[in-house]
Amino acid sequence: MNPRLRWKTQAFAAIVILSNAFGNLSLTWGLRNGVGELTSPLSFLRAIFSPWVSLGICLLITWMLSRMFLLSWADLSYVLPVTAFGYVLNAVLGRVFLGEQVTPARWAGTLLIMAGVVLVGLGNPKTGDST
Amino acid sequence: MKAWGLLAVIIASTVTADLLQSHEMKRHGEIQDFRLSGLRRVLAVLAGKRNLILAVTCMAISFFAFMALVQIADLSFAVPASAGSLVIETVLARLLLKEHVDLRRWIGAALVAGGVWLLAL
Repeated sequence: MNPRLRWKTQAFAAIVILSNAFGNLSLTWGLRNGVGELTSPLSFLRAIFSPWVSLGICLLITWMLSRMFLLSWADLSYVLPVTAFGYVLNAVLGRVFLGEQVTPARWAGTLLIMAGVVLVGLGNPKTGDST
Repeated sequence: MKAWGLLAVIIASTVTADLLQSHEMKRHGEIQDFRLSGLRRVLAVLAGKRNLILAVTCMAISFFAFMALVQIADLSFAVPASAGSLVIETVLARLLLKEHVDLRRWIGAALVAGGVWLLAL
């Protein structure tokens, strides 16, 4: 495969994974600390403009755009499993920063996801015209 | 029960958004110019695409449902559980987007789906 395309794909996949995981962490942290329950449109608006939630939204916008760019050359059926490594990162961040319980089943799931990501990541991100 | 309802909304809107996004971005072609001016030009073109506007609307629905979900469920449950869409999307990528999903991708997607299911336990 073209080395330039491989490098570009790996760089964008890394941006997609990191911006999503840290965006979700920041959003969750903000929503659980000082925002209150989301019961009305006004409470959603108030939450959106709190600092941690705002940071989370900026990171998630970065995630959305970088993923959109990645999809301009890589197949959806390639992008989905490769960026699924973000689920592992989310579990780790949830454990470290939010004190969530990570059971043996969740660690086993983490290993399975990593195996799947490696398997798909070794292949070609674009298999032909797919419009 | 409320969590599962929110999860269903997230999955349905994510599947729709991803299919529309992938379809439209392939039609646009590979983005190669990553200078600020090039990105501005690309974003201006993409902002006028109906499928992408619909995709972003679906993502917004998914986002607000996700906000409500993480208030009542663990992040380490909400994120992997919402990825239940992965298998549905791989099948639809094959059927609707006509992607060539080889054996390696099917096995990889199945491993990821199995892993996601274990994370959600």
